[in-house]
Amino acid sequence: MTTPSSARFVNVGERTNVTGSAAFKKLILSGDYARAVEVARQQVENGAQVIDVNMDEGLLDAELAMTTFLKLIAAEPDIARVPVMIDSSKWDVIEAGLKCVSGKPIVNSISMKEGEDAFLAQARKCMDYGAAVVVMAFDEKGQADTRERKVEICERAYKLLAGIGFPPEDIIFDPNVFAVATGIEEHNSYAVDFIEAVREIRLRCPHVHFSGGLSNLSFSFRGNEPVRRAMHSVFLYHAIPAGLDMAIVNAGQLDVYDTIDPALRTACEDVILNRDPDATDRLITLAEGFKGTDAKAQKEAEEWRGWDVVRRIEHALVKGIDAHIVDDTELARQAIFARGGRPIEVIEGPLMEGMNTVGDLFGSGKMFLPQVVKSARVMKKAVAHLIPFIEAEKDEGAKAKGRIVMATVKGDVHDIGKNIVGVVLQCNGYEVIDLGVMVPWSKILETARAESADIIGLSGLITPSLDEMVTVAEEMQRDGHTIPLLIGGATTSKVHTALRIDPAYDGPVIHVLDASRAVGVASQLLSDTQRDPFVASTAADYQHVRDVRAGKDPSILLSLADARANAFKADFSDKPMPPEQPGVHVFDHWDLKDLVDCFDWTPFFRAWELAGVYPAILDDAIVGESARALYADARAMLDRIVTEKWLTARGVAGFWPCAREEDDVLLHIEGNVPPIRLPFLRQQIRKSRDRANYCLADFIDPDGDWIGGFAVGIHGIEPHLERFRASHDDYSDILLKALADRFAEAFAERLHQHVRTTLWGYAPGEQLTNEALIKEEYRGIRPAPGYPACPDHSLKPILFDLLDAGANAGLQLTESFAMLPTAAVSGFYFAHPQSEYFGVARIGRDQLADYAARRGIEEAVAERWVRPNLD
Amino acid sequence: MTLTPSAARAAFLAEAKKRILITDGAFGTEIQNRKLSEADYAGTLGLARDQKGNNDILALTRPDVPETIHRAYFEAGADIAETNTFSANRISQADYAAEHLVRAINVESAKLARRVADEFTAKDGRPRFVAGAIGPTNKTLSLSPDVNDPGFREIDWDELVAVYREQAEALVEGGADFILVETVFDTLNCKAAIMAVREVEQALGREVPLMLSMTLTDLSGRNLSGHTVEAFWNAVRHARPLTIGLNCSFGAQQLRPHVRALSDVADALIMVYPNAGLPNELGQYDELPDTTAGLVAEWARSGQVNVLGGCCGSTPAHIAAMAQAVQGLPPRALPHVPVVTRLAGLEPFVMAA
Repeated sequence: MTTPSSARFVNVGERTNVTGSAAFKKLILSGDYARAVEVARQQVENGAQVIDVNMDEGLLDAELAMTTFLKLIAAEPDIARVPVMIDSSKWDVIEAGLKCVSGKPIVNSISMKEGEDAFLAQARKCMDYGAAVVVMAFDEKGQADTRERKVEICERAYKLLAGIGFPPEDIIFDPNVFAVATGIEEHNSYAVDFIEAVREIRLRCPHVHFSGGLSNLSFSFRGNEPVRRAMHSVFLYHAIPAGLDMAIVNAGQLDVYDTIDPALRTACEDVILNRDPDATDRLITLAEGFKGTDAKAQKEAEEWRGWDVVRRIEHALVKGIDAHIVDDTELARQAIFARGGRPIEVIEGPLMEGMNTVGDLFGSGKMFLPQVVKSARVMKKAVAHLIPFIEAEKDEGAKAKGRIVMATVKGDVHDIGKNIVGVVLQCNGYEVIDLGVMVPWSKILETARAESADIIGLSGLITPSLDEMVTVAEEMQRDGHTIPLLIGGATTSKVHTALRIDPAYDGPVIHVLDASRAVGVASQLLSDTQRDPFVASTAADYQHVRDVRAGKDPSILLSLADARANAFKADFSDKPMPPEQPGVHVFDHWDLKDLVDCFDWTPFFRAWELAGVYPAILDDAIVGESARALYADARAMLDRIVTEKWLTARGVAGFWPCAREEDDVLLHIEGNVPPIRLPFLRQQIRKSRDRANYCLADFIDPDGDWIGGFAVGIHGIEPHLERFRASHDDYSDILLKALADRFAEAFAERLHQHVRTTLWGYAPGEQLTNEALIKEEYRGIRPAPGYPACPDHSLKPILFDLLDAGANAGLQLTESFAMLPTAAVSGFYFAHPQSEYFGVARIGRDQLADYAARRGIEEAVAERWVRPNLD
Repeated sequence: MTLTPSAARAAFLAEAKKRILITDGAFGTEIQNRKLSEADYAGTLGLARDQKGNNDILALTRPDVPETIHRAYFEAGADIAETNTFSANRISQADYAAEHLVRAINVESAKLARRVADEFTAKDGRPRFVAGAIGPTNKTLSLSPDVNDPGFREIDWDELVAVYREQAEALVEGGADFILVETVFDTLNCKAAIMAVREVEQALGREVPLMLSMTLTDLSGRNLSGHTVEAFWNAVRHARPLTIGLNCSFGAQQLRPHVRALSDVADALIMVYPNAGLPNELGQYDELPDTTAGLVAEWARSGQVNVLGGCCGSTPAHIAAMAQAVQGLPPRALPHVPVVTRLAGLEPFVMAA
């Protein structure tokens, strides 16, 4: 299983459809099948995961054209690797197509138009041929237009299909996308009806999928491409979270949601969600201004060429434009070279930043998969351009420090990260044999043997790659390898490595967190003196992870529905008052001295592996002496930090009106419609009689409430760390980092107090000692994304957007949602007196699916985010 | 119409829960060892062409030969007899001018296998099964034999379905419990065979369980039509086969990664019957029984198989060694596979739920 071979939103290529592409129709009519086949090839190369083939044209023998074309593409492995969608309104054409397709295709479509018998006969045939089907919401009375009709027809079809044993997962409903903004009043609700019908049918008909043709939607705006593109993007933005997971769409004709002209976006949204009767008129009026803007847009499109090169690279990555990327990469390289930098810095700098932007947009549902695929292509081109320079930079005469075989494992096609690691290793004098992507374990092992490799490095981005990595480890063991195995990639983790991969292989297995660690790990593994201690300490670390895991009692999970039924019922008569000072509050430099007074020192000692509670630890019989020395050094450094202003504490806090909806909290912020959704996870472990299954949303009143958020960070550490590193002073380096962490935690504590007493002001008279603060003897909690009550790190981008944490607190998120600078804390504020911390702990797959749907993301993605909690 | 469920299917599943089952080994190798003459093959049928090499026709002319071989495999410990009908289809028999005998060959082959199987069951009470074997024919639905005309096909779907149906019907008539579609080099041919068996089921009003076995043409793990094992599984899963697996092409050594891949994804019993290693320079299989048995036992120990046996080059001694090597080892448990949409081109494609 691979991505793009595993996807939540499937991009169906639509260019090999005579009804949708005039160019393709021309090729088929003229019998130019050779070029027609090339159209299919381009579709797949451009990221189509399924290709739609339609030959319904009056002038064609559709049956002959369909079978001819399907047989021809069967001979092209580049095309035939993806499933086919056999698209025709005529059953005979579909059946002829089914006789030529060797994999498992999708039939598009069947319906109850001719009654139940014909529908079921065709469905049975599809089962016997082994095909999934698109079922149109169409019955004897006609096409479903209203929400009720769509739901009614689809549910009826679902039940009929269930009756003949048709697998529900092989049903894809097309509840009909009709044109909106036609000027006819009854049409106004077509789009919103579609979206709502999808949401409803999904609940009633488990396992089904939804498809829709987008071009109908914007039919009224023929010739006005900017408006059509905007409408399609806005529609997807709302329909995908509802459950639409397949669309016949030209990836090039979608805009990034965020980059749509805001006025146009709002107008499209008003029309699509049918917010008021005048929405159509407004869009029509506004649309006039965009008519012919394709020419203008083209001019504007050229405008970005005038920007500075770093911004151009980011733009190219976000927009997926590869036309100038090689030139721009070269310019960036020259600029960096001119100031004495190295070619690798182009990757580490502008290219990675651009890809992070892409990742953020995708993560927040503002870019769609096909667009991301295009961005990745641009990235690859840039990296490819740089590689010769990076290689030339290496000292040719030098002997390689070691030979590393690297591969993206079978089933996975992601190689950007692996390529970066490869480049970084090569820059540092290692010889890298890169086997590319989708590499079976047999080839990895053979190559490692044949080339006498020193290390094997595996990469993977998607969830199933984790299992494949286990396989590689097992086979290495079976085949008698002993060389180290490095594990990397966004979906990998130390825990997974420790629990699943390490036990499968006796040789060293090391999880490498990111590219920057690869060189350190490789050099230790290949060092005569450091190898053994490093291997031993890693092994011990993983053993510890396993021990901790083994200590966990197996517990029984409730279904999500049952867990929800046992939700905590807060007393909302006691809910917090609205904040004294709503909105967002920015603190540019909180007094460091004030923070020192709030330090919780215990974790500081723990960071140094000194066990004990402060201040008792200072008098501890065993570690007391070390603790006192450390504490003295820390105090001395703190004095300098405060008086010489080494660090700056920047933070932001905000409060927003909200309401609970099931396990989500919906934030109703002016200018944000639909409301911003904060999805939370719920405990599913079976509780003893009177304990509830908690979810953070339980602390919020469905009938209106308030929630807060904050992010704080400690800036300015780098020059000091550099100074320490230059003088090889590791101790001070670590000390400073540990203190910076304390500042961040103290700031979070102090800011929370300020919130309780003043900004929100629900506890104006609160008087607590520092000790009481540390023990959290106050009302309200501030759970952080990535921590037990709210374990999904990927909520951070939402929180950061709300707070504008980048601008307001100088905080950035890495692609894996780590905060920069490192000493930083962020979280949500809940003020209800009954709110308390808890651990979500293990959740079931039902909640994973539900959560993914609520967030509008692929389940596989959600699984990656919440994997440690997954049962 | 509701089909009568297959009792053999239920019995087979019940046995497969208890232990790793054993299917038989090669027929061709055994028949060759008997050095039969043209007269042995041709008998008194008076066919227009030489019959030497038409192993399947022995059911009519020397039924003692396949019967003895079935007996030898059951004695070696096999639970399943695969009928000697790999080429008993209208396309292959046309080469021997024997296409009019297709029905007779299949009925008789199934009957004699059934007879021997029942004989052994009567002796010890252990159920024995007969799998009616259907080979791929030498025509392919997915590929053009003419490189200059990639859209050309030597045969079409309807024709091939009819060929398979004729054979399957006769095998069931003769007493086969299951239809084994084996050595699948073209996935679309296999889909046609599935359709043929569906038609037989409708005609008979009862369920005819399928066993499907793919053959790889290269070490990357694809068959001739280009499908990976996972894609193959997605493409034929609608058959709800009793077993899915691999046979022929390579020895157990080379099949290892692909057995594993299939075992991970398929919620059907896994049946694998590899060749006895790779042929030597003389084209002979010389992997010793203990070697083959050692290799397949490794899959068994890894919990990856439910049914084991042999293909080219294997002998009753190989089967006996396998049966012994896996005795007492637990059978593979079916994996729990999530309900998601599994499509396939040449590669698998999963739509998350």
